[in-house]
Order: sequence, then C-alpha cells, then structure tokens
Amino acid sequence: MTQTAERPDTPPSAPARSRLVVVGNGMSGARALEEILARGGGDTFAITVFGEEPYGNYNRILLSEVLANAAGEAVDNEDADDEIYLNPLDWYDENGITLHAGVRIVRIDRPSKVVYGDDGSVTPYDTLVLATGSRSFFPPMEGMWASTTRLTPGVFGFRSLDDATGMLEHVREHRTAVVIGGGLLGLEAAAGLQAHGVAVHVVHPTEVLMNQQLEAEASKVLRSKLQDMGMHMHLGVKTSEILVEDGRVAGVRFTDGSDLACDMVVVTAGIRPNIGLAMVSGLETQRAIVVDDTMRSVDDDDIYVVGECAQHRGEVYGVVGPLWEQAAVLADVVTGTNPDARYHGSRLATKLKVAGVDVAQMGVKIPERSSDEFVQFSETGRGVYQTVVIRDGTLIGATLVGDVSKVAALTQAFDSRSALPEERVKLLFDLGSADDGAAAADLPDDTQICNCNGVSKGDLVGCVEDGAESVSACMAATRAGKGCGSCKGLVKEVVEAALGGAGREDPADSYYVPGIPMDKPTLMREIRSRGLTSVSAVFEALAPEGRDHVGSKMGLTALLRMMWPHEFVDERDGRFINDRVHANIQRDGTFSVVPRMSGGVTSPDQLRRIADVAEKHEIPMVKLTGGQRIDLLGVPKEKLQEVWADLDMPSGWAYGKSFRTVKTCVGTDFCRFGLGDSTQLGIDIEETYKGIEGPAKMKLAVSGCPRNCAESMVKDVGLVAVEGGSWQIYVGGAAGATIRKGDILATVDSHEEALRITGRFLQYYRENANWLERTYDFVPRMGLEYLQAVIVDDSEGIAADLDARMQEAVDAYVDPWASDQTERTPGQFHDALPLVPLPQVPVR
Amino acid sequence: MSSVDVVEGRLGPVDQIPVGEGRAFLVGDEPVAVFRPRSGGLHALRAICPHRGGPLADGLVDGEVVMCPLHNHQFSLVDGSCATGTDDVAAYSAAEEDGELVVRLRHT
Ligand code: SRM
Ligand SMILES: Cc1cc2nc3c(=O)[nH]c(=O)nc-3n(C[C@H](O)[C@H](O)[C@H](O)COP(=O)(O)OP(=O)(O)OC[C@H]3O[C@@H](n4cnc5c(N)ncnc54)[C@H](O)[C@@H]3O)c2cc1C
Ligand code: SF4
Ligand code: FES
Repeated sequence: MTQTAERPDTPPSAPARSRLVVVGNGMSGARALEEILARGGGDTFAITVFGEEPYGNYNRILLSEVLANAAGEAVDNEDADDEIYLNPLDWYDENGITLHAGVRIVRIDRPSKVVYGDDGSVTPYDTLVLATGSRSFFPPMEGMWASTTRLTPGVFGFRSLDDATGMLEHVREHRTAVVIGGGLLGLEAAAGLQAHGVAVHVVHPTEVLMNQQLEAEASKVLRSKLQDMGMHMHLGVKTSEILVEDGRVAGVRFTDGSDLACDMVVVTAGIRPNIGLAMVSGLETQRAIVVDDTMRSVDDDDIYVVGECAQHRGEVYGVVGPLWEQAAVLADVVTGTNPDARYHGSRLATKLKVAGVDVAQMGVKIPERSSDEFVQFSETGRGVYQTVVIRDGTLIGATLVGDVSKVAALTQAFDSRSALPEERVKLLFDLGSADDGAAAADLPDDTQICNCNGVSKGDLVGCVEDGAESVSACMAATRAGKGCGSCKGLVKEVVEAALGGAGREDPADSYYVPGIPMDKPTLMREIRSRGLTSVSAVFEALAPEGRDHVGSKMGLTALLRMMWPHEFVDERDGRFINDRVHANIQRDGTFSVVPRMSGGVTSPDQLRRIADVAEKHEIPMVKLTGGQRIDLLGVPKEKLQEVWADLDMPSGWAYGKSFRTVKTCVGTDFCRFGLGDSTQLGIDIEETYKGIEGPAKMKLAVSGCPRNCAESMVKDVGLVAVEGGSWQIYVGGAAGATIRKGDILATVDSHEEALRITGRFLQYYRENANWLERTYDFVPRMGLEYLQAVIVDDSEGIAADLDARMQEAVDAYVDPWASDQTERTPGQFHDALPLVPLPQVPVR
Repeated sequence: MSSVDVVEGRLGPVDQIPVGEGRAFLVGDEPVAVFRPRSGGLHALRAICPHRGGPLADGLVDGEVVMCPLHNHQFSLVDGSCATGTDDVAAYSAAEEDGELVVRLRHT
C-alpha cells in the first residue's frame, strides 16, 4: 500500500485490485457474490470462484421439481430445467469473475494466503470466502458402497444436479424404490419418483414423518395423504443393510430381519456440512465452521464463511432463507459498505414441495411455555390440520397441513412480528371481512416476500415502477416465487397493490382481452352494433388510441369467427402461428400433424396411408395421442401442405382453441356391458361439431356405461349411457392441469337429443366464456342450476337461437387442410428459421 | 478508427412479407426476421429467440413488439429489448429502397 499525501501529476495506472477467492459455487457462494457486486465489489476485487460441480450456479431447491417434472407431459409453458440455472456461465464473464468449474479446493495455506486446487493450481487470495455447503449423509451400512468412493449402482443421494439426473436415468428401467429417511427431502424425492410410475416405499426410523418440522398429530394427517397417493410407509423401522446382487441393488433389510425387494435406494437420512477443507487448514470447526457475527471465521480475519457450512451461535442452517441474510451481512462487511453489519441468526420457515400435499411450517411446532397460546384446528375428513403458537402477542410458530391458503399472511406475521387479530382463529380463516388486500399494501418496503430468492416488497414495487405490468413480469425480473413457490399468493397481492392502488381490484381482470378495456358482453355489443368484422377494425374502433395489441389478437380472432361465421374478414396476422398453418408448433419450430379420426375409430386403409406418409416424409415420430388418434410429429413447415395432400384426411384441429376430439369406448357393438352405442354417438358428435372454434379447447367423450372407459366424467362434455336407453350429459369436467368431475347437466333419451343439448351447451359456452376459460372454470362460475335452466329448460327463451347459431357455425365449416392447399399469404409455409438444422427434437 | 463492414442484404420486393406479419431471411450468415406491422414501417431482428431458440418470424406482432410463439416472451421491434425477463435480441436496420427490402446488419 502506498500512501500519497498529494495528488500525483499523472494518473496512476489502475491500482491492483484486492484478490477475493470464493470456494464453493452453490447457492450461498453465488448469492454472496451477487451481494458483493451489488455493493460495487466488482471494482475493488479481482474475483475468482472455485466450484467442485462442473456447472454454473444453479437453484438447488428446484431439484425436487426437476425430478418430478421430467415425468409427464409438460402442461405449462414454463419448465423447471430452464429456470434452474441462477447465473449462466456468461454472467461470470460479464462481471469479470474467473470461474473454475469442476475444481475442488483441497487445502488452504493460511500463512502464505493461497489455496490449492485438485487440478494442481495454486491461487493467492487477500480475502477468502468459504461456501462449501453440505453433502448427503450416508449412514454406515452393509451394501451401501461399491468402493471407497462409489455408491453401489442403484443407490443415490439427493443433493446435486448429478444426483437428480442419475435418478431420472435410472427410473426409466426400474420399478421399485426405497427412500431411506422421511424428512422433507425424502418425501420430495419419493413424490418425484412416484411421478415416474415407480412404486415408492419410505422408511423412517420414528412414527413421525418430517419430525424436524412436525409434531405427531400433523404428521399423521400428512402420512394418510401420502398413503392416499399410493406411497408405502414403513415407520418406526430402521434399515440395517442394502441387499446387493450382481453388483447392484436388489433390496433392503430392516433391523427386524425382514426384507423388501427393490431396484433403487435413495438415501435422505440427513446432510453433513462440508468442513474437511476447513479442518485440514486449521480453522475452528464443530458441527460446521464456527463464525462470529460478521460471518468471519473465529480464527482468521481474512476468511469468511457463508451458507450451510457455517455455524453461527451454535446454529447450522439447512434452508436458504438464512443464507441470504448471511450473504448480505458478509457483503456489507467485506466491501466496507457497512462495516458494522451484524448477523443475528434467522427464524426458519419451510414448505414441502409435493404436488397435492400442502405442508408449511414455521418457527416452533408446539407451545414451549405454559403461557404460550396454542390454536389448533383439525378436520381429518378433509385432511386439514393447522396450528399456531403465540407468545406475548406475536406469532412464534405455525403448522399448516392440507390447506395452506393462509401461509402468506402467517409468514408475514411471523417474519415481521406484527400485531395479531384479537380473534386468533382469524389467523387461519377468513371470517367475514378479512382484508388481506390492504395488508399487502401496508407492509414496510424491506419486508422479505420471497424467502427462497430473497426478494423484498421494495424490490417488487420497484419492478412495477420500472414499468412491469404483470405479476409474471415481476416474478421473471426478480425471481420471486420461483423457489418453493409458497409466496406466490403474497407476491401477487403485493404486485397487484402496486399496479392498481391499495386494495383496489384491477378492472383489467374483467377485460376479455388485455388490449381492449371491455368485458365480453360489452365488447360483443360494440362489435355487433358497429358491424366490426375484422381484428384491425376492432382495434381501430375500440382500443385506446386505436392501438393494436399483440396479446389480444388471438382472442379477438376467435371471438369474431364465432360472431360472424360468414362475414368475418380473415386477417392472417390476427392468428397465432398454429392457426396460420393449421398445425401445432413444436420446440424446434417444426409442427405436428394430427388428422381427424372421429370417435377414435380408424381403418386399415387410413392406417396404411398414415404409414406411407410417415415413411415417405421421414416423419421423426408417429405417436398415439391421449385423444385417441395418431400424431405425426416433427414436420417442417414447408412440408405441411404436401403431408396433408398425401394423407388425404381432414384436420383434427389439435392446434386450435377449438373442438378437439370425442373419445369413445366400444359400447354396445362389442362390449358385454354396453348400454348405449357410444361409438356411433361419439362419431356423430365429432362429425357434427368438428373444428368449431371457441374461447378454449373443447374435449369430449362418450362412454357406453357408467364404467366410464372413455373418461367421460372428466371431459368438457362427457356422455355416459345409463340403464333404460338414456344418456347422462356431464359438463365442466377436467383431467389436465386441473382435475374436476363434471356436473350432470341433463339426462336425455335419444342420440338426437344428446347431440342437440351438447351443441347448445357448446354454443352457450362459446358466447359467454372468457378468453381461455375452460369449461372447468366456466361451469362453476355460471352455476350448474343456472346452466340447466337456460340450456335444458330454456328459462330465457334463447334455446332456439343458440341452436340456430350453432347450426350456422356448423354449416360454415370448411376443412382448413383442404382449403389451404393454395397459399393464403405470401410465404405462409416458408421456414421461419433459415439456418437451424431440423428437426432438433429427439428422433426415436 | 477501423472501418466497419456492414453486411447488407437486398432481399427483393417488400410484398413478400404480408402486412402485420414477419418473414425470415438470410443476410450473410445471419438469420433475420423482418416484420411489417400494420401501423407502418419495417423492422429487423435476429430470427432466433434468445430464450430457447423459438422462430420469431412466426410470432404475433403489434406496433411495438413481436411475441415469440414458443413461450410468449416479447421483444421490441425497434431495438430488440425484452421486457418480459429473458435476454434481448439483436436488432438490425430494415428499409424499403426503390421498392426493395434492404436489411443491414448493423445494430441500430
Ligand atoms: C399430443 C398430446 C399428447 C400425446 O402425445 O398424447 C398433447 C399434446 C399437447 N398438449 Fe395436451 N395433448 C394431448 C392430450 C391431452 C389431454 C387428454 C385428452 O385430450 O383426452 C389432456 C387433458 C384433458 C384437458 O385438456 O383438460 C391434455 C391437457 C393439456 C393441457 C392442460 C389444459 C388444462 O387447462 O387443464 C395443455 C396446456 C394448455 O392447454 O394450456 C395441453 C397442451 C398441449 C400442447 C398443445 C402444448 C402446446 O401448447 O403446444 C401439446 C402439443 C405438443 C406438440 O408439440 O404437438 N394439453 N392434453 C395429446 C393430443 C390429443 C389429441 O389427439 O388431440
Ligand atoms: C432437493 C433439495 C430441495 C431443497 N429444497 C429447499 C427448499 O424448498 N427451500 C429451502 O430453503 N432450501 C431447500 N433446500 C436446501 C438448499 O438447497 C440449501 O440450503 C442451499 O443450497 C445451501 O447453499 P450452500 O451454498 O450453503 O450449499 P450448496 O448449494 O450445496 O453449495 C456448495 C457448493 O460448494 C461446492 N464445494 C464443496 N466443497 C468444495 C471445495 N472444497 N472446493 C470447491 N467447491 C466445493 C459443492 O460442490 C457445492 O456446489 C433443498 C435442497 C435440496 C438438495
Ligand atoms: S364403458 Fe361400458 S360399454 Fe364401454 S367399454 Fe367400458 S364397460 Fe364396455
Ligand atoms: S423460445 Fe422464445 S419465448 Fe421461449
């Protein structure tokens, strides 16, 4: 260090920056870096990071989701593996950080201030940050290890991306898994594996699952929920040995001597902080590396410690909330921004991330002093159990099982130690006039909203002030709500309050499309009275300043096509790409082709033609769909017309917000139980209403008896033959992203009547549902009795009009594959990605 | 100052792009999506969505943005900036000169 009293004449060459080295590139190491950069540390430090894992920095929390999600069809446009990387590799470059991924630090030479890597590197530091995290703990047990460093094939820990991908690989060919340890991690692993159709056994040494978080009563409710999901529980049992045959897992043996066959074992029996490096380098370690309130090792002022490898005032944390607080203090001190910053420990909140099993817990699980208040609610029939613990008027603990609708408000009260309602039960229930909306607006700006990603109310409000217009935009920009997801409700409240003013409802919620400030009935009235027949005319007449709006075009196109079956002016730029080329766009820009196969019935001739087309055009995958027909996947856009022509079959409309399929069963023709000709009725319904467009997809089914083989009770419209030649018509059922059993709209006596009521219901739905509102939302919104009155009993005298308008739509139908054999617009079928080799989807 | 090579593509009649839509072209080695919004003007962006490689020329367009058909991220037609949380996309200049569509690979 030179000391200069006077200003030098020439500017000095850039001063040598102090060297900051971070060991461990996990969640807390990277978070500490972000905090340091946010305080201008990029200028003062030359930063080097070592991470043993060969990746950039990822969100470990999402591994549970990665495991579970890679299972079924993606139901949503967001998937987890996309979001798992917190900071991609270029982030390090952009911030001038040198990253050594895949390098493990083996020793610190504290007197010479260098670290040694397992690649032979020697790196000097001025300041060192240890963020080595934890690893899975494998209890000593016969059969666990194949060698001193390698687990027996089929045995897994659950800690890293490699663990998760290893398991995903393994489940493809294995059927039965034993999870050792029924804590949070174990249950998430179990649910993830089950999503892949693996039979899962959870072995836990006490009767209380998740015993770190839950007391016996809560655990019992959780247990029965998991058992209902089909998970097998072995509680109060210990594993003594992993049975190995031919070098791989064949089963487990319990301490009582009994055996359980399995081909996979996941060990989630706890974690152990990675402290070996600190130990060999002479730092004080107990359960973890001991630090003071500035997050510095108690032995060495130049070494800071953060995350799960730090032990502060006797506590070692295993969730990310505390790590964020530690990282902020560390950055304050290291950069000198606030040398007086001190970490005082954290309070814990956790959530189980298992779909359909809601568990949230914070603070203490049971009252600890005689003066503590304890509010307990249990409704075991519904699988709901909730408690709160209050001390001196503040919330010190809460447990929610089965119903976590109050978790946001409770977390808030817990974190901010805010005043509680006089009637304690209001903490768990909305009694009359609870005003949660106002609460979000009243929170102080520094209130932490998302504990997983450390996002405060101020961050979210700032996002809105910077122009974010939606909850999802704020979530994308701040990562709020993208960890365990338990704060999503509160994020929404905060953002909505910031967008629309305190407690006010956003009028935009009622708009049919966001770009035109009108609800659907008003919009339809205006369109009709002004005779607007094209999307551009609607924008011009009704949008603010006549501006068109990208997110509104599709909804308007659908509405106008419904309203003006003949007069509609077809502007192709108002359609989504799927509707421009009558096929479903895929992840690599190719398309899928699904021909109509009414009622799921096909013929040798059709099958032969499909086979010929698949061969001739080298279709990468031919697949039976969940809608009882055949999908040709991976067709380049330029080839679509040719494929349609060669198929010589009509479009199945698998791409549109439209009438899709009618699934059927074999019914009276072949089935020994059949009560009605479900196959024929299904074909008739599909041939009649094929391709009719609407506010969202319409999927139907017809079953020949209440055994319901065509899954009619969970379709938008589902028909079931019952004794006596009648048909029950179910509406509003769903088994997609939402599961809902349909309601019986009517029971009718003939095919003709079944066709008519189906059409009338669909027409009423087309005219009255909001854009993208499926029947599973529409039916409960309108109310079954109301729908029965209007559609079956004609209480409003509109039945004949509905039938007539549906008939008009049916009459106006043309098959798009036939009619678009000549291009409608220049380059309609030109490739939109000229250089990219196709297809990129895996070819089987 | 070193001289900057501006790659220029003369791409033929503007009518190849229907009003309100986009089409993809190759300019040098660069795949470029050119848009022709109803409110007027021509805009060029790199044709590949920075999010997951979606085909931007297939996206819906209004006077200000194009929306990628795969996951609905939106990009400014003018400068390629993204307000929905993924990376920005490169923007180029596009103009009609003597009835011909001309794209220049210089960032605007
Ligand atoms: C091909 C198919 C899967 C298969 O291989 O079997 C399929 C594929 C897709 N489904 Fe599906 N679904 C398929 C049957 C189903 C079914 C089962 C059924 O139809 O009986 C369901 C549950 C029923 C339902 O719709 O509720 C189903 C519920 C969904 C959902 C969730 C809808 C919901 O609101 O619950 C979506 C997402 C959406 O609509 O936003 C979806 C979205 C999708 C999309 C279109 C994703 C998209 O927006 O691009 C997938 C297209 C993949 C592609 O690249 O072509 N798919 N999807 C099935 C086509 C059936 C057909 O012949 O038309
Ligand atoms: C499946 C799963 C689900 C979870 N869910 C949640 C949740 O919902 N909510 C929650 O709050 N928490 C959850 N957690 C816990 C959370 O992920 C951890 O608390 C957090 O990752 C700890 O961060 P860390 O930086 O201390 O350790 P880590 O993220 O483990 O990072 C440590 C890194 O240091 C590296 N390293 C170790 N030693 C060395 C060395 N000598 N040289 C170089 N590199 C080294 C390791 O390879 C690792 O990459 C979950 C954990 C898992 C595994
Ligand atoms: S629904 Fe009834 S008729 Fe149809 S296949 Fe099943 S049992 Fe047979
Ligand atoms: S690829 Fe464009 S939004 Fe995802």
